[in-house]
Amino acid sequence: MEMKPSIQMEPKIDYDHFTSIRNQLKKEQRSLFIKRFLSNRSVVIGGSILLVLIIFAIVGPMVSKYTPLEIDPVNRLQGPSAEHWFGTDNFGRDLFSRIAHGAQVSLGVGLSVAFLTAVIGLFVGLYAAYYSILDHIFMRICDALMAFPDILLAVAIMAVLGPRPVNVIIAVTIVKIPVVARIVRSSALVVKEQTYIEAMKALGASSWRIIWFHTVPNALSPMIVQVTYIFAIAIILEASLSFLGVGIPAPNPSWGNILYDGKTVIYSAWWMTVFPGLFIILAVLGLNIFGDGLRDLLDPKSHKAINKQ
Amino acid sequence: MIPVLLIVATIVFFLIHLIPGDPAAVILGPEATPEEVEKLREELGLNLPLYSQFFYWLIGIFQGDLGDSIYMNKPVLQAFVEHIGPTLSLALLAQAISIIIAIPIGVLAAKKQGTFVDHLFMLIAMFGMSLPSFLFGLLLMLVFGVHLQWLPAAGYQPLGAGIWEHLKYMILPAFALGMIQAAVIARMTRSSMLDILSMNYIKAAKAKGLKERVVIYKHAFRNAFIPILTILGETFGSLITGAVVTETVFNLPGIGQLVVNSIVRRDYAVIQGTILIMATTYLVLNLIIDLLYGVVDPRVRLNRK
Repeated sequence: MEMKPSIQMEPKIDYDHFTSIRNQLKKEQRSLFIKRFLSNRSVVIGGSILLVLIIFAIVGPMVSKYTPLEIDPVNRLQGPSAEHWFGTDNFGRDLFSRIAHGAQVSLGVGLSVAFLTAVIGLFVGLYAAYYSILDHIFMRICDALMAFPDILLAVAIMAVLGPRPVNVIIAVTIVKIPVVARIVRSSALVVKEQTYIEAMKALGASSWRIIWFHTVPNALSPMIVQVTYIFAIAIILEASLSFLGVGIPAPNPSWGNILYDGKTVIYSAWWMTVFPGLFIILAVLGLNIFGDGLRDLLDPKSHKAINKQ
Repeated sequence: MIPVLLIVATIVFFLIHLIPGDPAAVILGPEATPEEVEKLREELGLNLPLYSQFFYWLIGIFQGDLGDSIYMNKPVLQAFVEHIGPTLSLALLAQAISIIIAIPIGVLAAKKQGTFVDHLFMLIAMFGMSLPSFLFGLLLMLVFGVHLQWLPAAGYQPLGAGIWEHLKYMILPAFALGMIQAAVIARMTRSSMLDILSMNYIKAAKAKGLKERVVIYKHAFRNAFIPILTILGETFGSLITGAVVTETVFNLPGIGQLVVNSIVRRDYAVIQGTILIMATTYLVLNLIIDLLYGVVDPRVRLNRK
């Protein structure tokens, strides 16, 4: 009972004041990040390209007068015109509508692969870095997976699973997980040796807490950059698989299988190769530029810093 | 490397055997009776449990026997050798084209860092990196094969038919495949050269009054070469990946076609064998490159001792 007054004697701490300062700092930090984000030319250019493509994927199918599966044998292989902006394919289907729907498929596959590789790669990489038994198992499997040429492994997985859009996502994700896992692992290994982690351990923090609250934030930036590139690679792989005839099954449109159809009529219908090709290039270019910009922003030690010397 | 290869073999085997469809039924066609199919399954050893099939296959590999193609009726190794020509020729030509284009461009861009030339080259490289080789192949085919008709649009002639005949069919695919490689190598060369050019010994060499050409090629480039070498090894995988799809574009009868057709035919032994050889090649190539570090850079040799 004697203790109580002594506690009340301590100077009163104004927690609200601290919280408001912290919030202020956070806000400033955030606005600083947004400013840096917007002042990076690559991020802005790459981001704009991506934004345009996403808008195209959403708005394109709405403005098109035709559905992507509508067959019109009379108007087969028509060149671009006011009626059919990108021309028609070998079944008389409107190419603009097919490419717009294909954009949803290609971007959807790319985004899903990026997300899944990020999540799974993060788990694998983190736990490999912290538990040496898991490290041996995971990393040997990653080595083995990386020894396969991407496309052969993806084709084999597609043969097992069967040609469906979901399976394209699964196949490409399996092929690309090792890349993310390795990057996360190497940043986690660096973090693991830092003094503040030692301090956390001495304070009795659980390994779960160390991994998820103190390692993840530090391993995130290089991973996000890598995942942007994987997004681009996934679009290429989807297109390649569909072009080989084991990806998105016909008659559903994807940029890859429009190219596949286009190859058979390459002598008479250039538009079937040029337009879907253009969109693939645009998407991959946008992602690559965006990724380079992000890398400069998030990872100051990389190329840009070297280049500036 | 051996454990990795074992895992590779295991993954390949079980993945391939997960492919739905019975090879015996595929070979005999839809009119075969169940008894006939069963008999063939027995002959091919497909009736054995999976683990003993795997075991026999592994033992075979250690004896240098990759098994027989059940569809083509010949050893897998023979089928592989028959198809490796176009792929190897394509990969080597593409690699040669990419190195010849990329390294001078990368060095030049580094030398003229920050100028218009540098920006232009790096823009082109960025564009090249974003151009999947099969798509570039299709576009080249459209321009040079279909419209200008300078070169055959597709098809293949073996080296035996004469070097020019062979090259005529290989130029477009090799350029298509080499472009993306060239872009990656040019970017790597540039950043690696920039790294080296900012070092003190380069300043010292310049201060001594050495010619710029000597400084760049003799002093800087040799040290910048190690990361470039690493990239050459790492991109071998993507080279093969690109080759497989590029072959399909130009109807080259290479490994890509062999694997894709074999998957359709459920020809297990061929798919397993081919992918295994590819993966092994990749691992061996990277081992050779690790060893080459010592040849290129004497410091690596000294450190190892």
